[in-house]
Amino acid sequence: MDNYVFHWNVVFDAFPQLLSGAFTTIHVSVLSMLVGIVIAVLLALGKMSNSKILYHISNVWIEIARNLPALFLIYMAYFGLGAYGIHLSPYLSVFSALVFINAGYLAETFRGGFQSIPSTQYSAAKSLGMNSFKVYRYVILPQMFRRIYHPMTNQFVWSILMSSLGILVGMNELSGETQRLQSTSFRTLEFFIIAAIMYFVITKLVLLVSGLISKKVFKGELS
Amino acid sequence: MIEIKGVHKSFGDLQVLKGIDLEVNSGEVVSIIGASGSGKSTLLYCINAIETINSGKIIVDGVDVHNKKTDKNKLRQNLGMVFQQWNSFPHLTVLENAALAPRIVKGFTKKEAEEIASKELNHVGLGDKLGEYPTRMSGGQQQRLAIARALAMEPAYMLFDEVTSALDPELVGEVLDTLRLLRDDGMTMICVTHEISFAKEVSDKVAFFHEGQIEEMGSPDQVLDNPQRERTQQFLSKVL
Amino acid sequence: MNLFTPLSWSDTGFILTGIWNTVFISVVAIVIGSILGLLIGFVRAESSKSLNIILGGFLDILRSVPLIIQLILFSTFIGAMGYPLDPFVAGSIILSLYTMAFMGEVFRSGFNSVPIAMIKASRSLGMTYWQTVRYVRIPIGMRAVFPSWLGVALSVIKDSALVSVIGYMELLRTAEQLISRTQQPLMILLGVGLFYFVISYPLSRYGKHVERKMEI
Repeated sequence: MDNYVFHWNVVFDAFPQLLSGAFTTIHVSVLSMLVGIVIAVLLALGKMSNSKILYHISNVWIEIARNLPALFLIYMAYFGLGAYGIHLSPYLSVFSALVFINAGYLAETFRGGFQSIPSTQYSAAKSLGMNSFKVYRYVILPQMFRRIYHPMTNQFVWSILMSSLGILVGMNELSGETQRLQSTSFRTLEFFIIAAIMYFVITKLVLLVSGLISKKVFKGELS
Repeated sequence: MIEIKGVHKSFGDLQVLKGIDLEVNSGEVVSIIGASGSGKSTLLYCINAIETINSGKIIVDGVDVHNKKTDKNKLRQNLGMVFQQWNSFPHLTVLENAALAPRIVKGFTKKEAEEIASKELNHVGLGDKLGEYPTRMSGGQQQRLAIARALAMEPAYMLFDEVTSALDPELVGEVLDTLRLLRDDGMTMICVTHEISFAKEVSDKVAFFHEGQIEEMGSPDQVLDNPQRERTQQFLSKVL
Repeated sequence: MNLFTPLSWSDTGFILTGIWNTVFISVVAIVIGSILGLLIGFVRAESSKSLNIILGGFLDILRSVPLIIQLILFSTFIGAMGYPLDPFVAGSIILSLYTMAFMGEVFRSGFNSVPIAMIKASRSLGMTYWQTVRYVRIPIGMRAVFPSWLGVALSVIKDSALVSVIGYMELLRTAEQLISRTQQPLMILLGVGLFYFVISYPLSRYGKHVERKMEI
């Protein structure tokens, strides 16, 4: 039964390349979060606005992002746009899909976080003589940030894990690099085991750092 | 002095204030009593412009509150308000809660603001809790924090909206004691309250609200011990 | 460029197979994942700290490695060990375990959310431990976490697309092949997208509705 011999040295020799793949994974995730956050703010504002047009535009984006598979959106970007003559690189395809989805999920997170703060906090702060800007800056937004911090961390972890779909469009993030390396060396099992471990370590590190930051910044308790 | 003249206020089709006339002089304590929904709290919110009015005038120290040109934020620095649900800022410590507005609205430095804040917090008996977070404290303590937070802005007038109604009975006393303290300090106060005996003890004037109008007004002895109007008598017989 | 060319009968049948395969493997994974998740959630809610940490660690690993890596790893592993499995079987196993990892969390919080007072009350009425589990803790806890459960279930339907990587002909893979055959990427992708949306959106709306009702 067990006649598979493990050869790890090929993997160790290729480690720098795996690291470079991991780096690509991280930067596509970080960038997709940053751009996603900006769009999410706009979408959340749009959905909470009084304008019916803005509401529907935001809602359509949010619902499409939340109800379609990530892989489907990557294929839409990579193959679908090709019908219009737009040929996105693997990186851009994965990036746009992640941005699109992150924006949708984060918009709901932001909207929920904002709406969960009682309006009485606003009245109390105004009664102290604060203008609207100060009320948001010192009272509303700090509380909102505490509520969305954890979901945002989770969305970031999701982005890192989902970037692995790049393997299916030939992208050079961690999974894609792993695939490329194993196809020339035939050490499939060893390479993918290392890739799995690397994803695990990256995820754990992200959660650890996020936890440390939250302890430092949010010393207080929420209501 | 606060002058309220002929104030009407509606929420959509619902008329909440139907012509209120009231004068509050410096140093006076005025209590407003009445059934829920009679418009008492709404009047307070109209005084510090949290709510708009439909007609009439409210003049605080010569300033027309609802004039479009009035800087309402500046006005509110002079009108301290304490709500039924204390609304402490959960993300800030007790000290930070009280020092925030002096710092960012009046422009004091952090140190100056904290000095002002601790003075008021000591005054209401929270001097030993400066570093605590409000959510860890009792309702009575949070309410006293709300009072100190409003006092830190050094207002000329304090508005109290049923500040003991949401408290467990054993915590009501400490908040009423704080109000007595303020009265002795000479603060001008308008208290919307259900505590009739407290109103009798501290007020210079009592106004009884019924369905958006002042049904009866006078000294505590007049209104509470010898009510002239039938509705006042009915209300008092129900609550006493 | 022709946007809408009608599909031939065989092509339609092909897509329908894809749809069926997606639905089938999703249902399998949701059912097995939920049952296992319920068991694990219960064990974690009830047991000692050390058992909790071990189980938690195991589930944590399943949630911290991308699904596609798990699928590739598993199929490579069983191939190398000499016991290759049909893509459906291998895919179901991994997808179910992946689902279980998330369902475990959902059910654990469900069990923990039942007020102890309620459990004490039922014990005082004479119920045995297992009776409280069956008649009090499961009904109350599960009702509370229904929206989260639904959320995980909808994710499984979307994640089923990944099983194509080990050769399972689910919908997206089917669509891919059809595209290269008919050169109609847009039409087919739009149709596929519509399918996923039509399955997912009404259910997620229903979940939100339930959530809102529960908050009252």
